[in-house]
Amino acid sequence: MLLDGVAALGRATLDVCRFAGRLALFALEGLSHIVRPPFYGRMFLRALIEVGYFSLPVVALTAIFTGMVLALQSYTGFSRFSAEGAIANVVVLSMTRELGPVLAGLMVAGRVGAAMAAELGTMRVTDQIDALATLSTHPMKYLVAPRLFAATLALPFLVVIADILGVMGGFIVATAKLGFNPYVYLHNTLTFMQTEDVVSGLVKAAVFGFIVALMGCFQGYNSRGGAEGVGSATTAAVVNASVLILAFDYVLTEMFFAR
Amino acid sequence: MSSTPLIRIRGLKKAFGEKVVLDGVDLDIEAGTSLVIIGGSGSGKSVLIKCLLGLIPFDAGEIEVGGVALSGLRGRQREAVRARFGMLFQNAALFDSLPVWENVAFGLLARHQISRREAREAAIGVLAQVGLAADVADLYPAELSGGMQKRVGLARAIAARPDILCFDEPTTGLDPIMGAIIDGLIVDCVKRLGSTAIAITHDMASAQRIGDRAAMLYKGRIIWEGAAADLLNSGNPIVDQFTHGRREGPIQMDVRR
Ligand SMILES: Nc1ncnc2c1ncn2[C@@H]1O[C@H](COP(=O)(O)OP(=O)(O)OP(=O)(O)O)[C@@H](O)[C@H]1O
Ligand SMILES: [Mg+2]
Repeated sequence: MLLDGVAALGRATLDVCRFAGRLALFALEGLSHIVRPPFYGRMFLRALIEVGYFSLPVVALTAIFTGMVLALQSYTGFSRFSAEGAIANVVVLSMTRELGPVLAGLMVAGRVGAAMAAELGTMRVTDQIDALATLSTHPMKYLVAPRLFAATLALPFLVVIADILGVMGGFIVATAKLGFNPYVYLHNTLTFMQTEDVVSGLVKAAVFGFIVALMGCFQGYNSRGGAEGVGSATTAAVVNASVLILAFDYVLTEMFFAR
Repeated sequence: MSSTPLIRIRGLKKAFGEKVVLDGVDLDIEAGTSLVIIGGSGSGKSVLIKCLLGLIPFDAGEIEVGGVALSGLRGRQREAVRARFGMLFQNAALFDSLPVWENVAFGLLARHQISRREAREAAIGVLAQVGLAADVADLYPAELSGGMQKRVGLARAIAARPDILCFDEPTTGLDPIMGAIIDGLIVDCVKRLGSTAIAITHDMASAQRIGDRAAMLYKGRIIWEGAAADLLNSGNPIVDQFTHGRREGPIQMDVRR
């Protein structure tokens, strides 16, 4: 009984190590194709529009509502200490450091990561990836590298928008509902906003963008077993990307702010 | 048999986990001949062709193409050998996200650095060779029937004028007339390009239309090779059972009743 448990634990550990190793090799190969010609500009632009432009609405809505909720919640908390002025600080700090990049990352994982896994997975199970190889085109270079690069560039851009809209959401609630002076609120926001916070958020965003595209491509590229395989690849891409985003969020926060 | 064959396969083995699919395949293909490979479903015909194209790595044995051994080839050299091949996949495997003309011209665009306008014209020319009108060029693969997809796949395979053409079940799933038409197109293309052809098929009529030579893959090995014309009276009991579609014989299908 006990040995069974240990054996199962050992097997699970080995599986995780194998997965991490394959993922790391895949990531390195993808990165190496980003810097070596030929480059597929069309594929890059397509991915850039897909990640950056078509994710705008969902990221924007998420950011606005989050900013609004932040203002409301922190008012409930701070009003007990009559420190309402701190709301602007809380909103801008949480948006730029944490919620902007993390929420945008998770949203994009659900939208784009899933779509990438489904598209590449379908291409795999219908032999389209093999067909690329027979037509003098390296599938990693043609399919994976442009997506990795585009997502890494697009996410910081999305997060800038998310930061602005999140702060705006907080501003709307604070002024329209909580009765703050708009001028004072904006002034507080600008004084509390640190370059360091914004920049760290954008670096996080780039890492999260890479993670989302990496998991989408990795799961799709390696999917097996027909339509069902594509389905589970899609789910796995979203779940893996989400967990990795939260894990790397901690690691990066530790790197930036723990001294 | 004085010259060395264009393709030489020796002792080729491939297993997926426990499951042994190819178990020592030996096969020679002379330049300029058309070989059909027959064999039951799941006997590893597609796997054999994918090994030949270097799409999946094999476990043991060797494949030589024009005297060059495939195992150990990397990067550019691998690419150079692969560029000699054109492949029509079992389910056509057209790129869903690209219009028909871009599918057909894909290899040309990737290899020859021609402009997109020239590529489009070239694609329309190749489409005409497989009997498709120019107005098909701007449709997407999902808008085509199975037979049209096979033709586009054929056009894509021949567009870069490769000297070795592979066809994986070119007529499966088509009506007999369309099947005969595709066979005719294949024979025409192979003749016109002077290519060597390797075709997989289950269809005896098709096998005899396309091939000069035939080989049967059974239990991971080539158990018979001969002239395609002799398929129906090969003298080999296994081949006989297969080509005549008899239920009784040396081949035992794993069908539980
Ligand atoms: N990527 C793979 N992973 C695991 N097993 C595979 C893989 N590809 C093929 N196989 C197995 O290899 C065997 C041979 O498959 P293959 O596709 O070559 O058959 P086939 O002769 O082409 O059959 P059909 O005539 O039905 O197309 C099958 O049993 C299949 O399960
Ligand atoms: Mg097959």
